[in-house]
Amino acid sequence: MHLETDVLVIGAGGAGMYAALEAARAGASVILADRSLIGRGGATVMAQMTVAAALGEQTPDSWEFHLADTLAAGRGLCNETLSAMLCQDGPARIREMDAWKVGWAREGDHITQIHAPGHDRPRCVYVDVLSTGPAVSRTLRTQLNLASGIRRIGDLAIVDIVVRDGQACGAVAVHLSSGETVTLAAKSVIIATGGLTRLYRRNSASFNMGGDGYALALRAGAELIDMEFVQFFPIGHLAPRLVGMDPIMWDPFRYKLGGKLLNGDLQEFEEAYASDGRNDGNYVLTRDRATYAISKEVEAGRGSPAGGAYLSFQHVPDAELRRAFGPVIDRLAANGIDLTKQLVEVAPIAHYHMGGVRVDAAMQSTIPGLYACGEAIGGANGANRLSGNAITEAFVFGARAGQSAAKNALSAASHWSHEAASPTVDLLRSADKRDTPNLAVAVTDLQALMADKVGPFRTDEKLREAIVEIDRMTADLGAAPPSSGMTFDPLLIDWLDLRNMLQVAKSVAVPALARTESRGAHQRDDHPGLEEAWTLNQIITLNGGDVALERGASISKKASA
Amino acid sequence: MKATLEIKRGTPAAPQHVETFVVPFEPGQSILDGLRAVRHDTDPTLAFRFACINANACKECMMLIDGKVDYACTVKLKEGVTTLAPLPKKALVRDLVTEIAPPDERLHGRG
Repeated sequence: MHLETDVLVIGAGGAGMYAALEAARAGASVILADRSLIGRGGATVMAQMTVAAALGEQTPDSWEFHLADTLAAGRGLCNETLSAMLCQDGPARIREMDAWKVGWAREGDHITQIHAPGHDRPRCVYVDVLSTGPAVSRTLRTQLNLASGIRRIGDLAIVDIVVRDGQACGAVAVHLSSGETVTLAAKSVIIATGGLTRLYRRNSASFNMGGDGYALALRAGAELIDMEFVQFFPIGHLAPRLVGMDPIMWDPFRYKLGGKLLNGDLQEFEEAYASDGRNDGNYVLTRDRATYAISKEVEAGRGSPAGGAYLSFQHVPDAELRRAFGPVIDRLAANGIDLTKQLVEVAPIAHYHMGGVRVDAAMQSTIPGLYACGEAIGGANGANRLSGNAITEAFVFGARAGQSAAKNALSAASHWSHEAASPTVDLLRSADKRDTPNLAVAVTDLQALMADKVGPFRTDEKLREAIVEIDRMTADLGAAPPSSGMTFDPLLIDWLDLRNMLQVAKSVAVPALARTESRGAHQRDDHPGLEEAWTLNQIITLNGGDVALERGASISKKASA
Repeated sequence: MKATLEIKRGTPAAPQHVETFVVPFEPGQSILDGLRAVRHDTDPTLAFRFACINANACKECMMLIDGKVDYACTVKLKEGVTTLAPLPKKALVRDLVTEIAPPDERLHGRG
């Protein structure tokens, strides 16, 4: 099947839905494609709290203050043009969502803003109770329903961007439920596929966040930036088994109620790692320091039974727990968890990716016609993302990408050529029924490798081992996908996922090996401490099918032109 | 502990049949965990939908569990037999996968 459109948006999370809405508002025809259902997959729907914007509803605020906090968290590596855009456009998007009845929590006559770690004042809005992501997704889905000119297609996995004469002109996809190959001609293509947390054994995001967009961009010839910076969330849920909840749910509990971190000996340990004496009552340690503290306690043999730390709310009376989190307390009870009587176990969990597609202020990559937005881009958050910025950037960069892509599409003729699409069409056609090692196992192996060797704490030796192993797995994967010869083919999906995941895994490991310092989310046990000479961004491209590293000459204060 | 999953498999083109898998589990683990274990340990061709992995956010893993419509991520594995079948009122795609998207979000069969 062949489809044509002005703008193709890949990925229907917060960024992709906003991009589609803005592109359609500008008069472009849009196809919004997702490998899963529209507005259900990705990270947005998983988010439970805190969207940062300088609304000034709770206390006086200005976007410059938000920017200062964002840059400080980014440890000197932010692309300040993108960071400023995030902070400056944020309030208008939050108010637009409010007008669309997302239901931001209110007290009295104003939107409630709470004080999240790393911010200088209360700045984060949310939807009660732990419903921010589902409410945001539902609101944007409703707007998509009301908009005209947007064709939504689920079950459509984009396999490659099609590039002709150095310009993006569409994509090749596999339609999962029918198994057919679909070619899509588009004058502008927007990557809105989110991050790469599926590369790690324990992660807080969706199955479909295996870094697809980074791999698509690389193979299209675009540049990636800051790929070594993977954010780990320190207190992801570990045990007892908890289903039906986002594993990062304990953060809002700590915002509202406090919560004590204890090691395996039931001793508090955070103070011992608090180098800056920071203690606001709820948080002793920032995310990166808390990740470090828990990991070191486990290494020293003082971990909890499942290999993390205990989190205790036993000091909080039952009535107060219920008042703050009523429906959630019931869901915990359904999982056999009573916070007044027992401890839960938490551990660092892959949460967000700072790196991504290198874009200019119009969200265009280094390939004309190819745009990116949301978590899929790099630069706005530098070496470490400030809490609350992820949903905001999905809105802000999604809207910008939609506007830019529409403008480009409405002034351009189609560049599409079936010939340029044929290598990928042929790749899908080459899928054959054959015996392969179980690729579901290979995915698990890669997740274990990344967690053990390219996790929050890295060394030269571990990173070199990881790269050797990634290369071996890439060779094992082979050049043609296997097929079970039926629709909704899990074998084909695993192969296509691994093809992307292995390229992206190497795109993280290679710059991590090169960066011989510790900064933000990139911590080297063999190079502790930040080095001024490393205040620069590393860039990844694909050269002859393999990942190539380029070092930025100095920190780019402006978006790449 | 061990759970026995009796899974109704097939496509519209081939007659449906039941296949039985035994998966080890720890208390608290979900049916979705069990299905992923089947793919990992025994049969990677087993088809089922999910996106968010046990958070009950994506709502994609809806199926017939012991005859009742429910989410595979919120129902827990149990000792003994659990029967799994695709949603009866949705068009079958393959195994436990049915056409659950609204008609105007599909490539084919738009309403």
